[in-house]
Amino acid sequence: MTSGPIPILKIGSTLLATIQIELHDTIVDSFQNDALEEIERTGANGLIIDISALETVDSYVARMLANTAKMAKLMGAGTVIVGMRPAVAATLVRMGYFMDGIQTALSLEEGLELQASRLKSNTE
Amino acid sequence: MTALSPSLGLRSDNETWMIRIDKEADIVAVRQRVRELAKDQRFDQFAVAAITTAASELSRNVWVHAEAGMARISLLRNGRKVGLELEFEDQGPGIANLNRALAGGFSTAKSLGLGLSGTKRLVDEFEIDTEVGRGTRIVVRKWKKDF
Repeated sequence: MTSGPIPILKIGSTLLATIQIELHDTIVDSFQNDALEEIERTGANGLIIDISALETVDSYVARMLANTAKMAKLMGAGTVIVGMRPAVAATLVRMGYFMDGIQTALSLEEGLELQASRLKSNTE
Repeated sequence: MTALSPSLGLRSDNETWMIRIDKEADIVAVRQRVRELAKDQRFDQFAVAAITTAASELSRNVWVHAEAGMARISLLRNGRKVGLELEFEDQGPGIANLNRALAGGFSTAKSLGLGLSGTKRLVDEFEIDTEVGRGTRIVVRKWKKDF
């Protein structure tokens, strides 16, 4: 587990990061580094970022989250962003940001299922 | 750059909050104040997210491009209409190619290239006054919808 403002927990072979605080730019920046370092340290093969508590995701935060997901994927940890609120989704699309190539799920449960099925298909 | 002229008939009994933007944490301060006000005025969740995100984008623009500036947040009441007006003013570098910035896809250091064009799509009214070497003033308004 990291000591940063966004806790990153390991559940099985997946890391779970739950964002529960108002995001300053510097927090998002350090979260990106923390998440990637935790993947290396723990050897996790998946990352779930729970943003269900976030009421506002502006273009900077959206880009940083999407980049974190892409970086983690490059390292071999498939990433799912879970719990995006309806108003956040609507706002991002209205701004013209579609989070292309980013895997998302409605809830943490669905995100965990997605990771489990991905692991299963990898080992088959 | 001209000083802000009051919008006629709109500002008579309006409450206004000023927040100086000169550090990164001020982006969050502006965002939180706007969110609180929008919720207090019972904007729907989509409108709250839209105006809060617009506040975040525009404060970041001030911080990233001008390093310092002012945010003025006003509660608008015009008859039965309720709205929020956000004004951002800085003495930064100004925007050289406004058309390109407003068209989107034009990315500078710390943006997606969606800052201005995206923000414009989130609000009901958008005004910009910018001059290279002098600064930028942006005013946006969002009106509460009556369903």
